[in-house]
Amino acid sequence: MTASLVTSTQGDAVDWRSVVSRLFPEGHDIVQDGDLLTGSGRCGGETLAVVGTIHHAALGVEISLAMAQYILKIVREYPGRPLLLLIDTQGQRLRQRDELLGIHRYVALISKAIQVARDRGHRVIGLVYDQGVSGGILASAFSADVCGALPGAEIRVMNLPAMARITRIPEEQLRELSRKSPVFAPDPHNYVQMGAVDSIWEGDLAQCLQDALNRAQANDHRARLALERGGRLLAGRIARRVADDA
Amino acid sequence: MRHRSFYEATARQRIVEILDAHSFAELVGPEQRTVSPHMQALQLPVAFDDGVVVGRGTLHTKPVLIAAQEGGFVGGAVGEVHGAKIVGLLERARRERPAAALLLIDSGGVRLHEANAGLIAVSEIIRAILAARSDGVTIIAAIGGASGCFGGMGIAAACCSAVVMSEEGRLALSGPEVIETAHGVEEFDSRDRALVWRTMGGKHRYLLEDCDVLVDGDMEGFRAGIAAAMEAPQSLTLEALEREQAMLARRLQIFSSSRDGRDVWRTLGWPNPETVPLVPTDVFLAQAAALRAA
Repeated sequence: MTASLVTSTQGDAVDWRSVVSRLFPEGHDIVQDGDLLTGSGRCGGETLAVVGTIHHAALGVEISLAMAQYILKIVREYPGRPLLLLIDTQGQRLRQRDELLGIHRYVALISKAIQVARDRGHRVIGLVYDQGVSGGILASAFSADVCGALPGAEIRVMNLPAMARITRIPEEQLRELSRKSPVFAPDPHNYVQMGAVDSIWEGDLAQCLQDALNRAQANDHRARLALERGGRLLAGRIARRVADDA
Repeated sequence: MRHRSFYEATARQRIVEILDAHSFAELVGPEQRTVSPHMQALQLPVAFDDGVVVGRGTLHTKPVLIAAQEGGFVGGAVGEVHGAKIVGLLERARRERPAAALLLIDSGGVRLHEANAGLIAVSEIIRAILAARSDGVTIIAAIGGASGCFGGMGIAAACCSAVVMSEEGRLALSGPEVIETAHGVEEFDSRDRALVWRTMGGKHRYLLEDCDVLVDGDMEGFRAGIAAAMEAPQSLTLEALEREQAMLARRLQIFSSSRDGRDVWRTLGWPNPETVPLVPTDVFLAQAAALRAA
């Protein structure tokens, strides 16, 4: 019942440079080191810190530590600077060595670093510009205040064939479900309906980023959005009942 | 009564025996029939508590909120309703400020039958844990059930204030079967129980400091271990995360060439690492303490 089996990719990776230049027409100094992006960009007269992944990165222990390290450095050295997480990941690296070393700790450190940034007044925006899968997206873009996605992005816990194998539900039935139900298809519009993606970013990405910065709020409001949008009707209601029942 | 095995007990038995006698009051219990609409849509069996029991009680007379996942229902995996109950409990903790919120985790992670909704539910649990910790709530994860603690719940456990495990407990991100499916049996033989245990079992996690309190696998062991963890609250601060980051960076340097739990234990100074699985918990803890001091 776990995590991702997805290692294959569909089509070519989105060119991160073109995404970054559309996000930051006022300029940026983002650099690539392996599958990791770090740097800063200017948007709406404001400087943002950027950390991201490229090439459908598998988040192993090293890159997860580097991402957390960069976020903590920004919090330490640039109090209040907004953070942008630019995410393209196939999920956590599925290797025995990573598990031996406690990869859950490394991936969780990204989430915790984001929380401490939020607590100290940093707005945190996530953008899934290509793939967002399982542990890789949980720890990054889904830990942000606001998560956006490009129209062609894919977000999922596992691909349909693998899901069919593990759940023992025929793949054809899952495929049929994913046409009717937002619960099964990786289309980011489904995640909009279910509240986890705030909006699809199209056209002027710099404007989308500014809008996201304006909407950033510390409290997790995804269940409320899901109810408003009709994508998940029970999450917010049941949480409220448990929270408030005498 | 309290010598019953935690591993073999149900979620409800665990709650009753870990909390003070007769102190537990369930919130949104099975009589409310909060079943999963997604499981129903797939015409799969449902549970009236959706595989998680939540409520309040006391432990050593201190007020606590508690959630226990039922590993016997879809491997304790997290769906929309199941996740919402845990999120609601953690929201309640932010308001009530109990001595601690206890998460008895027994879960394979995201419930694949709920796919996207399950993934989001796990994300909401992680965010709720972190928000409650930011508000100063102590959150203890206890791991020792047959379904272990995998997938997104592994991330969630690492976001808690402390992790309590038994030897039989397993804590990881990707389960052995998932790794074997992705990269073959040469990468990870999921049927090799000793290998699984050396990679993600309670003793290994304790030696790497991913587990704060290692306990005997009976109810009294967990009760005492959770109470001990509640006495040592950890706050979520920049300084604490910088220390954790330094510790995790050191770990990568020291164990970069380790391929097996035995390599890690040897590096930590265990003269006969092959005996680690065999020694009783109390002897193991005494030896581990001596090696840490040395």
